Amino acid sequence: MKLEDCKLGGTHLKSSDFEKCKVLTTEWTPNLGYAWDNGVAIGRYLAELKEGKIIARICHECHRIMLPPRMFCELCFRPTDEWTYVEDTGVVNTFSIARVNWDASRRGPKEPPLIPAVIEIDGATKGMGILHMLGEIGPDDVKIGMKVRAVWKKPEDRTGAITDILYFKPVRAAASKKAAAGRKR
Amino acid sequence: MVKRVAIVGIGTTGFRPITPDVSYRELIFEAARKAYTDAGIEPSEVDGFIAAAEDFIEGYSICDEYCPDQIGAVLKPTHTIAGDFIQALAAGYMMIMTGAFKTVTVESHSKASNIKNVDEVLGFAFDPVYNRPLRETPHAIAGLEMTRYMFETCTSSEQCAKVVVKNKGNAMRNPYAAFGADISEKDVMNSEPISLPLHRLDIAPHADGAVVAVLADGDTALALTDAPIWIEGLGWCTDTPTLEMRDWGEAAYARIAAEMAYKMAGIADPVGMIDFAEICDEYSFKELQHMEALKLCRPGEAAHLLESGATSFTGRLPINVSGGALGVGHLFEASGAHKILELVEQLRGHAGARQIPDVNIGLAQVWRGVPTATGAVAILSNM
Repeated sequence: MKLEDCKLGGTHLKSSDFEKCKVLTTEWTPNLGYAWDNGVAIGRYLAELKEGKIIARICHECHRIMLPPRMFCELCFRPTDEWTYVEDTGVVNTFSIARVNWDASRRGPKEPPLIPAVIEIDGATKGMGILHMLGEIGPDDVKIGMKVRAVWKKPEDRTGAITDILYFKPVRAAASKKAAAGRKR
Repeated sequence: MVKRVAIVGIGTTGFRPITPDVSYRELIFEAARKAYTDAGIEPSEVDGFIAAAEDFIEGYSICDEYCPDQIGAVLKPTHTIAGDFIQALAAGYMMIMTGAFKTVTVESHSKASNIKNVDEVLGFAFDPVYNRPLRETPHAIAGLEMTRYMFETCTSSEQCAKVVVKNKGNAMRNPYAAFGADISEKDVMNSEPISLPLHRLDIAPHADGAVVAVLADGDTALALTDAPIWIEGLGWCTDTPTLEMRDWGEAAYARIAAEMAYKMAGIADPVGMIDFAEICDEYSFKELQHMEALKLCRPGEAAHLLESGATSFTGRLPINVSGGALGVGHLFEASGAHKILELVEQLRGHAGARQIPDVNIGLAQVWRGVPTATGAVAILSNM
């Protein structure tokens, strides 16, 4: 078959065709619903968040303290061994200053930017922690390596979700030492 | 020497109607850990990994990304097939035949219990212009097929009901099966009408579970195990999705997939060569329709073969001794995985109370379910 014969025919669309709504489409909005079983690791993690605590899981083979916790070590490929609580403080590994919302709508001129950050949690193996939001801080003041602490919802408002932590806020050096001493378990 | 590929390890969680005690990751880990222990190999030594999963069933966009951890594939060559486990098995076979991979892991699972509105997800598979606006139940597609199949082959609903009786009975010998039952043809015919001629008990209920298999090339397989299960034949194909143009009586997708697999396996006489088969019975009549498509009998003969007892546990061509989807549960992408698991257990002689004596060649066939016309066939042997 010749290349010019591969066309299916019809006429080209003009912008006036769109303006007059002559170009038809088929629309459908699915109604999908899922309820994922949390299982052992996520189930315990969320239950502890509801109590205002962060829990991790230890692999005795590679000695990693894994956060979020998991019942198996994906590297050693064996069941993990024990639970351990970690701190609700950590350091910023990386961050971004978001001027748009999750659905790409622009944040208003009066709205502060959202600052998602990956926080390496104290007590967990380096490089592991929580992806959350930073708060009580301006976008110009955020630095990699800065110390932060979880700001929790009131106990009665917690539901066993990652949002039981409202955000992480900066900790000043002096306050951070004092707070760490006060929170020893 | 012609290069061969074998299954050297397999692991499963078994199949249950619900699994609220574990996440899908924890479910899959158990099957994967068992498969590696069975194969005597660690995932760190495996060259490639394939998962069979589909986004709308998982409830994730790009669910491929969530596969590595629980099968030991972190930072390893990994991809996902949006199809059945047997299609993933074929992909694994081809990876090994390239010579670039000596070992490949293939995974599939079902967490069907986590989908809150399964019919809506299945309905979302319908053509949005021609079919979805009619709001027919997905089961109606199977009802349409069943009516035409019964018309063309002079098969009755009562005969289809006997498939359910046989398979749910077989499932009672299978510790992995969730839906074993001692019922009668009358129980099926008296069950709630769904989309006639289909009754409630003609339809396989959903189940959760995971299966992981480890494949290896011939030399590696023989170094790992004394009992490799060889992949002798593979075939798969898809008919047009256009419901208005499809052959409603015959399962052409199964016939052509089987022809491809028989040719690859060098099987000219399936009836004489195949010792037993696990074939898709997601709806009762499908087992009969698929037997004919697989050339295990002539068109119109399947129901008579069933009634003669030839396809029963003790018959000359046992079909779905595991209990099939009617007895084990429908597992979405893992449907083929359960059939391959059964073949491996039978061919190793590890099938316990449901072991068929002296079997050497088994056939597994799967269909992707309504409204698809996709089928895959695998032929395995222990010789």
